[in-house]
Amino acid sequence: MHIDVILAAPIVFVSLMATASMVLDALKTKENGKTIFLFSIYVLMATFVLSALTFSPNSHFGLVALLSKLGLASAPETLPSGEMLTVFNGMVSVGGYGCFFDMIFTLGGIMTILAARPFLESEKLEHSEFYTLILFAVAGMMLISHATNMLTLFIGIEVMSVTFYILSGYTRTNEKSVESSLKYFLLGAFATGFLVYGIALIYGATGSMDYATIASATHGDIRFPTLLLIGIGLMIVGLSFKTALFPFHQWAPDVYSGAPTVVTAFMSTAGKAAALAAFMPIIQVSLPAAIAYDGSNKIQMMLAVISALTMLIGNISALVQKDVKRMLAFSSVAHAGYLLMGLVAANPEGRSGIMFYSASYLFMQIGSFIILSVLERSGQTNHSLESFNGLSKKYPILAALMSIFMFSLAGIPPFAGFFGKYYLFTAAIHANFTWLTIVAVVSSVISVYFYIGLIVNMYFKESQEQEHESQPGLAAISLVLSTAGIIILGLLPSAVLSIAQASFGNH
Amino acid sequence: MGLLLTTLFLPLIGAAGVMFIGKHHTKAIERFSLILSIATFIVSVILFLQFDSSNPGFQFVMDIPWIASIDAGFRIGADGMTMLLIVLTTFIMPIAILSSFDTIHKRQKEYYIMVLLLQFGMTGVFLALDTFLFYVFWELILIPMYFIIGIWGGKDKIYAALKFFLYTLVGSLLMLVAIVYLGLAYAAVHDGMFTMDLLKLREFAPTLDFETQRWLFLAFALSFCIKVPVFPLHTWLPDAHVQAPTPGSVILAGVLLKMGTYGLIRFNMEMFPQAMFHYADMLALLAVIGIIYGALVAMVQTDIKKLVAYSSVSHLGFVVLGIASMTVEGIQGAIIQMVNHGLSTGMLFLCVGMMYERRHTREISEYGGITKVMPKFAVLFTIAMLASVGLPGLNGFVGEYLTLFGSFQSKFLSTTWYSILSASGVIFAAVYLLWMFQRVMFGTNDNPHNQHLKDLSKREYAMLIPMVIFIVWIGVYPKTFMQFSENSTKALVGKLEILKFGTSAYQISK
Repeated sequence: MHIDVILAAPIVFVSLMATASMVLDALKTKENGKTIFLFSIYVLMATFVLSALTFSPNSHFGLVALLSKLGLASAPETLPSGEMLTVFNGMVSVGGYGCFFDMIFTLGGIMTILAARPFLESEKLEHSEFYTLILFAVAGMMLISHATNMLTLFIGIEVMSVTFYILSGYTRTNEKSVESSLKYFLLGAFATGFLVYGIALIYGATGSMDYATIASATHGDIRFPTLLLIGIGLMIVGLSFKTALFPFHQWAPDVYSGAPTVVTAFMSTAGKAAALAAFMPIIQVSLPAAIAYDGSNKIQMMLAVISALTMLIGNISALVQKDVKRMLAFSSVAHAGYLLMGLVAANPEGRSGIMFYSASYLFMQIGSFIILSVLERSGQTNHSLESFNGLSKKYPILAALMSIFMFSLAGIPPFAGFFGKYYLFTAAIHANFTWLTIVAVVSSVISVYFYIGLIVNMYFKESQEQEHESQPGLAAISLVLSTAGIIILGLLPSAVLSIAQASFGNH
Repeated sequence: MGLLLTTLFLPLIGAAGVMFIGKHHTKAIERFSLILSIATFIVSVILFLQFDSSNPGFQFVMDIPWIASIDAGFRIGADGMTMLLIVLTTFIMPIAILSSFDTIHKRQKEYYIMVLLLQFGMTGVFLALDTFLFYVFWELILIPMYFIIGIWGGKDKIYAALKFFLYTLVGSLLMLVAIVYLGLAYAAVHDGMFTMDLLKLREFAPTLDFETQRWLFLAFALSFCIKVPVFPLHTWLPDAHVQAPTPGSVILAGVLLKMGTYGLIRFNMEMFPQAMFHYADMLALLAVIGIIYGALVAMVQTDIKKLVAYSSVSHLGFVVLGIASMTVEGIQGAIIQMVNHGLSTGMLFLCVGMMYERRHTREISEYGGITKVMPKFAVLFTIAMLASVGLPGLNGFVGEYLTLFGSFQSKFLSTTWYSILSASGVIFAAVYLLWMFQRVMFGTNDNPHNQHLKDLSKREYAMLIPMVIFIVWIGVYPKTFMQFSENSTKALVGKLEILKFGTSAYQISK
């Protein structure tokens, strides 16, 4: 087998299988939903394993070594150590960084699909396309995190975005869902324009779309420095839209609250992680190494301001929401602000901080949205804060899990959210951005008010209703996964953190 | 070493254990929690007896790696001050749990889980020798206390719980920034070796320049002063106390507030001495304002519990004053006053709770002449009240006397007026407590609701008698307890005096 295919196995596999799922759908006529559901779960699990196996391509435990033992492939002769290993003519990176995010995306996909099945069944909407779209979205995201060339990046972003446009309008008889889809599509297309324009200008200034070449160009003499700066600025605008950063965050609350809850769960977590996975190398490339640690750097300063405003605006807007789904949507904007702190810091702690926080954020945010969707199915269709009154009596387990998610989102130890925030704070202080950390602290305090406010409604306010049995179905597995993830990442962050740090050997 | 771990983790194991008892077996849950907390107390007493009080350093130290990349470890250990506070915690908890039997009538399972978690967190705060671990425990306490006030509290519980949570969090997040900054400052001079090890940071922090020390001092002090609480950051306390159920108030007054004063000594004074010298006067001034203000506000309260809550603000002022004096007498007085306040105010809250359970009101005007119907209760209530007033022979006197004495002769404070003004707080305490006592207990019992109140039950005796024993013990022979922290305090003051004046009467002879 060709070594490039083996090294890029996770992406290749998931893309092929996503296509295969459509073929399978055409071949089978009965019970398509169930078949494709099982198929996509297995595919994502296999992808997760493949990502883990290709994480360190040089190691003896990797996929390459495994296959060469079986005589199916020969190990590449000289793998440059410490440098980024790329395949397919330098278009796609291998292992490390990309694979870390692959695991986040696949886990997100698995949890979403598990939670989506009971929802789709009860809505009588179980078309096999839903699962196929999730597979494609994951494929797109993986392409983003593995990209070493702006073209690859662009294709990845488009694949992901297009599936998101469709998924957010999935309940097509629901006006809100359709509206959110259209809004997302129009604004998303506009943002893509910025992205492409930025790529074009960067190409004009440096003569390349390859990250490494651009990086070396920015370090040396640049022929058209203004052009490059504008190009980078436009790219940041485009990516800020995808990440929902201030002032390009306006779409997020509408889209997130309009889309089906399970889709929101996926978009606001894995989608955000993907956007950051794209952001990180771009910033690394565009921040010339000489001034990377200098707080007066223009790009760094601009990002710091964006980060501060995103946190504040996100949290303050969430504060006044009466609807829990909308509140979580705004809080997801705020979390993008925290994540951006890692980019601002532009140091190793910042990068591994982003990776760690993306993982913790995945668990806590997906978990809370899944609880909303379980409640939806139990007949609690509106998500107003009042409807959560006395939830601890009605559904004690759901309320307890929701509290864990809220405490984690608020950043209270010993949950994962706390350690993630802590690590990002460290990164920012280390990079002399103490003021940004203080803004983050202030906005964290603001956020506590509404996260804890939800707990007030669930536990301290009484309602007349009796205890019910909740029917989470398969969503229970997702909830167990996310709770376990939050507690394990919170108590023993070392394991994930060291993986995150190790992944920079290749990038 | 095993004993220290047992003291720390037994409550956590208990909380996990309660989870497995069916929620309708409330008797079993109550008994299990009580037995567990008594067992923890016994273990901590054995530990207390094993403690070598002649050694000023940390004992029973453990260091287990936890998060390698930020050098956070599971590092715990105890010195004299810690030891006293640990035993105070393990002593107060069984009493608080016992008092819960009468006061908590709903969702008992969740309640006892929260109480035991709270004990785990509080013990952890006092034992932690790692800034990260300290912070985790510090924040961990918020969750159970928030639920205890919010679910089992009084009429305005939601407001009080939220206020408690937000106030504490504002302070502690800035403390987190300071903790990170301190670790990075350490890394800057130690080849990039970031650390959270308190034992290393204690050696390092005093060498920082004044400007840095000052900012770090302020960040830590804000967090601790909110917890104590020091005037003007005290406004959460009366709300929390009045709304919390009786055992919640007992724990809050008995142990939780001591985390603030403990932090002021352990972090602010030991780690940022230069800043401490600079801010000593300010701290003393706030303490004096707190003492007088708390007493004056207590005087006009019509609600007994609120009165006791404000008296807390006043009493803790003495602790802060003792700390600010930076003399051996002052600090020793502050430490013993922490224990005293836990005992006497805890006991006052218990007494108020007992009256509330009988009459369901805390308005002073609703009572009068209670002595006639509850003579036995009256005796114990008197002891608690007099201990709080600071009558010689009972514990309160020892602490207040020492802190006043220490601040009077302090070389770090600019004027003796602090002590002179604070002394008036002792008089005010006598005024508001005796006046309250007179209105509630004496006079004619003319309220028909008060004619047939039952006197103390056996269970209530079981709560109050142990407290009386220690109140008298500390009042008559405080040395038993004070010797534990004596050497570590002398070493600390010696260090401070050498840093400021170059010489010290407490120079450590090796």
